[in-house]
Amino acid sequence: MEKQWYTISVYSENHVGLLNRISGIFLKRHINIESLNVSKSEIDGVSKFTIVVFTTEDWTRKIVRQIEKQIEVIKAFYHTDDETIYQESALFKIASHLLFDERQIQNIIKESNSQIVTVNREFFALAKTGRRHEIDEMHAALEPYGIMQFVRSGRIAVSKATMPISEILQEFQEN
Amino acid sequence: METLKAQKKESKKEKAIRITGAEAIIHCLLAEGVDLIYGYPGGAIMPVYDELYKFQDKLTHILTRHEQGATHAAQGYARVTGKVGVAMATSGPGATNLVTGIADAQIDSTPMVCITGQVPRQLLGSDAFQETDIVGISTPVTKWNYQITKVEEIPEIMAKAFYIARSGRPGPVLIDITKNAQFDELDFVYEKCTAVRSYKPVPKPEPSSIEKAAEIINEAKKPMIVFGQGVILGEAEAELKAFVEKSGIPAAWTILGLSAMDTDHPLNVGMVGMHGNYAPNMLTNECDLLIAIGMRFDDRVTGDLNTYAKQAKIIHFEIDPAEINKNVKVDVAVLGNAKETLEMILPLVDKKEHKEWKAEFDKLHQIEYDTLIEKDIHPTKEGLTMGEVMEQINIASGQKAVIVSDVGQHQMIACRYAKFKQSKSNITSGGLGTMGFGLPAAIGAKMGAMDREVVAIIGDGGYQMTIQELGVIFQHNVPVKIVVLNNDHLGMVRQWQELFFDKRYASTVMTNPDFVKIAEGYHIKSRRVTERADLKEAVEEMIASKDPYFLEVKVEKEDNVFPMIPSGASVSDIRLK
Repeated sequence: MEKQWYTISVYSENHVGLLNRISGIFLKRHINIESLNVSKSEIDGVSKFTIVVFTTEDWTRKIVRQIEKQIEVIKAFYHTDDETIYQESALFKIASHLLFDERQIQNIIKESNSQIVTVNREFFALAKTGRRHEIDEMHAALEPYGIMQFVRSGRIAVSKATMPISEILQEFQEN
Repeated sequence: METLKAQKKESKKEKAIRITGAEAIIHCLLAEGVDLIYGYPGGAIMPVYDELYKFQDKLTHILTRHEQGATHAAQGYARVTGKVGVAMATSGPGATNLVTGIADAQIDSTPMVCITGQVPRQLLGSDAFQETDIVGISTPVTKWNYQITKVEEIPEIMAKAFYIARSGRPGPVLIDITKNAQFDELDFVYEKCTAVRSYKPVPKPEPSSIEKAAEIINEAKKPMIVFGQGVILGEAEAELKAFVEKSGIPAAWTILGLSAMDTDHPLNVGMVGMHGNYAPNMLTNECDLLIAIGMRFDDRVTGDLNTYAKQAKIIHFEIDPAEINKNVKVDVAVLGNAKETLEMILPLVDKKEHKEWKAEFDKLHQIEYDTLIEKDIHPTKEGLTMGEVMEQINIASGQKAVIVSDVGQHQMIACRYAKFKQSKSNITSGGLGTMGFGLPAAIGAKMGAMDREVVAIIGDGGYQMTIQELGVIFQHNVPVKIVVLNNDHLGMVRQWQELFFDKRYASTVMTNPDFVKIAEGYHIKSRRVTERADLKEAVEEMIASKDPYFLEVKVEKEDNVFPMIPSGASVSDIRLK
C-alpha cells in the first residue's frame, strides 16, 4: 500500500498521562510522528491532538483505532491533505543589520507574506504562516544571509468534513 | 440541573465520614466487593497495610513471596471467578516487580487492579528512596493508570479503576498513591462508577451486520467456528452452544477459549494454532467460511497471514473495534458483547447439519489420533509422557478440575489433552507466555474456587521461577495440587533447538534440585513418580488429598510436542512429526 501524509485529529479529555499513551502507540509500531500539536478544541474542556504521519492508510487506520481505545480519548479521525485545511507557523530570527545591508531581504519579506514581529538593534523576528513548502522556500531564500534561529510549529488542521464531537459526547452520556 | 448537582453534593456531604486516605482505600475495596487481595508490604504503602491489619476480619490479604506472585495469583483468582483480582505493592522495586503480571493481564484481557504506594508528593521527581515512575513504566501494559497525589481523589479514582478494569474488554489498571495521600484525611463518600465520558466499553451491535452475517452463514457449505476467550469474558457459553448446535457448525478454540464449550461436545473439533489439532488447522485453509468469536487472530493461531484462510469468507464477532481488520481482513464485523450478538443472530440462522463437512474433521482427527494422540496418552515406550499424566488427571478428577498451566511443552500438552465440562476452568498464560505464571495463578484460582479441584501443571523450568510461592501454600494451607512434569530441560526451547538449530542445546539443560525435598521443606505432602506402574495410583492419591500435594513426574527428557506449525509457516503446513 502506498504511503502518504495523514493528519490524525484526536479529541480527548485533558489528562496528564495521555500524551505518553498516544506516543507509545506510534513508538511500538516504529511509526515516526512528523509533527504534533496539542491545543484546546471547539468544545470546552476537550483537548485536540493534531498528529501528522507519513505512512499507509492501513497503518493509519490501525493506529487511530488503538488511539480511540485509550480511556480518555473521545474520538480520533484521520484525513489526507486534500481533506483538510492545514497550516504551520514559523519564526525566523535574523540579524538587524541585514535589513539594511542586504536589500534582497526586504523583497523576501514582502513576497513571502510574512510579518515582522519585533525589531531591535541586534535582531528582528519574522513570522510566517502557511503550508510546509512555503515555509521551506522562505527558509531556503533566507539561509544564505544567515538565520540566527529558526523554529517551525506542528501542523494545525481542520477537516473539510464535520467532526461531530458534541454528538458523540451526547451519545456516550446516554449509554 | 445545577440545583440537582448541588443537592446531590449536599446529601453526599451528610453521609461522609472523616477518615485517612489509607482507610479510604480499604473502604473502596470493600465497596467493590473485594474480600481477598495479594501483595507485599513496604515503606510507601505502609499506611494501607496498617489499615489492612485493622480490617483483617473483612478483607484477607495474602502475603505472596514476591510481587510477581501477587499479580499472577490475582490473575488466577480473576480468571476463575470473573471478578476483578487485586494486587498491592510498595513503590520502586515492589511496583516494578508487578510489571510482568500486568503485561500478562493486559494481553490476556484479565480484570485486575494493582495498587502501588509511592513516595510523598513533595519528593516526587527527587530520586527519593524507592521512587520509580511506575505510571510511566506501566503505561504501555495497562488499560488505564493514574497517580493519586491528593487524598480527595481516592474514592473517585478507585471507583473508576474497578469500572475500567472489569467493563468492556477487561484489563489491568494500576493506581499509584503517594504516601501523603494515604496519611491525609478526607470526607469519604463512595459512589460506584457507572460511566466515563470518553469511554465506550461495549459497542452497540448493528442489526445490519448481524443480518449480513446470518445470510453468509446460511449460504456456507463448509463453515467453521473459532472461538476465544471473548466467549468466557462475555459469559456467552450458553449462547455459543445454542449457536453451534442450531447451525451445526464445527467449532474449534484458541488456547484461551478452552473450556468455554464442553471438550467432549460432538461439534467441538479441538484447538487451533501452533500446537493445536490437525483437523481444525488443516481445514482452516479449506473452509468456505470462518466465524471468529471473541478471538484476536494471534500469530500463534494464524501462522503465515498471507496463506491464512484466503479461500474463506470471514465473520468476526468482537467487542474491541481495534481488533477488527488488525491482522486478518474480515468480510463482516459484528461488534458487541458475544453474549448479546450470538443471541441476536440465533433466530436468523438456519437449523442445519454439516455431516459431510464434519466427517472431514473426523477423518483428520483419526489421523492425528493414530499417529500422535494414542502414543501420547497410552504410550508403550519406556519413558513417561506428559500426555499420559494429563490423561490420568482427567480420569482421577472426573474432568471437573480447574487446570492451571505454566508455559512450555507441558502447557501445550495440558491444553491439548485436558477435558472440561465447565467454563473458566483452563487458566494459562496465553498471549504473554509468562513462565512462572502457573504456581501463583493456581493459588489464586483455588482461593477463588475453594469448592473445586485445582491442579497446576508446571514444567521444571517455570516452577523454579516462582517456586517461593510454596510458602503461601504452606502458610495458608491452600489445597492446590501441583504436578511438575520434569524433563530436566527447558523443553520447548530445547524442541526448537532440536528442530531449527541443529540440536545446539544452548542453556536449556537443567541440573535440578530435589523438588520433593523442597516441597517437604514447606511441609507439603509430596511424591515422585519415575515408573509408569506408579503413575495412576500416585495421581489418585494426589486428587484424593484434602491438603496441598506436590507430585513430581520424571518424564522423557527429549520428547517433542506435535502437531506443530513451524513459526511463520502456513496453518496447513502443520507437521505431525
